Amino acid sequence: MTQRVYVPSDATACALGADAVAAAIADQARTRGQDLQLIRNGSRGLFWLEPLVEVEVEGKRFGYGPVAPEDVPGLFASDFLTGGEHPLALGPTEEIPYLRAQTRVNFARAGLIDPLSLTDYQRHGGFAGLRRALALSGQAAVDEVKTSGLRGRGGAAFPTGIKWQTVLDTQATQKYVVCNADEGDSGTFADRLLMEADPLQLIEGMTIAGLAVGATQGYVYVRSEYPRAFAVLRAAIALAREAGFLGPDVCGSGRTFELEARLGAGAYICGEETSLLDSLEGRRGLVRAKPPLPAIEGLFGKPTVINNVLTLASVAEIFARDGAWYASLGCGRSLGTLPVQLAGNVKRGGLIELPFGHSLRELIEEFGGGTASGRPLRAVQVGGPLGAYLSADELDTPLDYEAFAARGAMLGHGGVVVFDDSVDMAEQARFAMEFCVAESCGKCTPCRIGSVRGVEVIDRIRADTDRDDNLLLLKELCDTMEYGSLCAMGGLTPMPVRSAVEKFPQDFGA
Amino acid sequence: MGAETDSRITAVLDRLGDLPGALLPVLHEIQHEIGHIPPTAVPAIARALNLSRAEVHGVISFYSHFRTEPAGAHLIQLCRAEACQAVGSRELEAHVKARLGIDYDATSEDGRITLEPVYCLGNCACGPSLQIDEHLHARVTPQRFDALLAGLEESR
Repeated sequence: MTQRVYVPSDATACALGADAVAAAIADQARTRGQDLQLIRNGSRGLFWLEPLVEVEVEGKRFGYGPVAPEDVPGLFASDFLTGGEHPLALGPTEEIPYLRAQTRVNFARAGLIDPLSLTDYQRHGGFAGLRRALALSGQAAVDEVKTSGLRGRGGAAFPTGIKWQTVLDTQATQKYVVCNADEGDSGTFADRLLMEADPLQLIEGMTIAGLAVGATQGYVYVRSEYPRAFAVLRAAIALAREAGFLGPDVCGSGRTFELEARLGAGAYICGEETSLLDSLEGRRGLVRAKPPLPAIEGLFGKPTVINNVLTLASVAEIFARDGAWYASLGCGRSLGTLPVQLAGNVKRGGLIELPFGHSLRELIEEFGGGTASGRPLRAVQVGGPLGAYLSADELDTPLDYEAFAARGAMLGHGGVVVFDDSVDMAEQARFAMEFCVAESCGKCTPCRIGSVRGVEVIDRIRADTDRDDNLLLLKELCDTMEYGSLCAMGGLTPMPVRSAVEKFPQDFGA
Repeated sequence: MGAETDSRITAVLDRLGDLPGALLPVLHEIQHEIGHIPPTAVPAIARALNLSRAEVHGVISFYSHFRTEPAGAHLIQLCRAEACQAVGSRELEAHVKARLGIDYDATSEDGRITLEPVYCLGNCACGPSLQIDEHLHARVTPQRFDALLAGLEESR
């Protein structure tokens, strides 16, 4: 029987040398006359083990990692194809504690399957949700999403079912489903991982959204920094269309849903939904004033469901089982699972999908193993560049939208960036303002000018020029930006700045 | 604008001009084909898409991905964002700039290398990250950067 060997084709795995490992394995197999089938899967998201090579032995997957090309001859010599012992052997992949301790819903298939195999996808439960949705009325489908308690995973956490209801209730000749795959937050990679490892899940979720609200056209807006995700997604769309899961007759139902992937062009602001819509329409990505809501006047002025990758992908899983099951995970008003992305200065960085409610400490210490540098942890930024910095004594905060909001922080898209004690928090605060200068769309003054003034004020504080006056000025500037900006870019830039000043005053000369 | 460039742009416009919201796909394709978007292409794009030249220029200048001049033989994009900062990207940044003798958004004198900042490449668990042309690199230390640079020189 032909041995199956899996080598991830994920962007991070390849950045760590997975392509060279795959080539070395093919080469060794040829030299040894060994018959094997090399499959390029997505990543499991255990990035500290990448490149993570897996072999299938009697239906069970065994992992080896991190593998370098020069390890390959030794792996063959140790009979890794039959799960042989080797210093890099990790045992059965599913039993690696980091993976076993997770509750994988969105990422259940990630790294397990060939991302571009319709057969693999369906063998692991794919398209069951779509088949179920096809039998439901639009209202019944929207009700299912409401029952699940799903909230937008892009960061704003707005109830998805309510958004969909608005689109369903708005009469129009054309409606759209738009997926926001402009994952620009530093410390996040869940959307990228999903699109590279299990793109059909997103396609299925978007199709269900289209059927539910009566939209016949969808767009996925992928950032240009993710060329690999874009290519995989495009290929998956072509496969799904050819097999009749997309197109004029979805699964023989006579109903239409077309899908196209579009590329962004290096603008963080296009992750803001109205700016993204302007960009899709072929314009500068300027933020629109709301109302009108995109659900009523969205893409090309038509009612539009616009959701994040993980939100839409979750829909496929919600329909595959049911909304009540999904709502049984999580806590309070944060239901389902949250794929946390553990990044920065951490020993074992990666994707950790858990029901809401686990503590930050559990993630960083138990999963992450503490800082990569071995120095004490000093700060954690959660929720991307617009998220607050938390101090080492706030690690018991549960991962729950409301618990974070109560601390003046936010979960956002689930990015967790760890810093050790070498961090200069005044430098981080300055960067938050500098980032806003670089990425502001320029439409509103508090964001466009406020961020420039913010950099200047922080520079004066760091130079110890009229420090107290400038700290007061910075506080007032943050208020102006928060209350006067049109969108979250200017409105939330004060969040990391204020948290740095309040929790780490010694870095500001106090 | 050369006749050949002209015909390539026309071909792109013929192929993609009818897409809803066609401007970004058109600009991507032109940059993909030619390496940049020549300012002289703006009137043709505007005409084909029924936009003003100001609108087309505005879009090109808004997005950092689009360039109006050719880049160097190799494009190096260095991540400046927080997750990479947490693992030493500021030191890497200083090293890269000193080594290449250029700041961001500049091309080395010999036209070999263009350096650009980028805000996140989605490789945040294994930073510092940088991308050379199409290739993403993880855990890039100053020493690793020097080795990558030497690799580029060898491939001349």
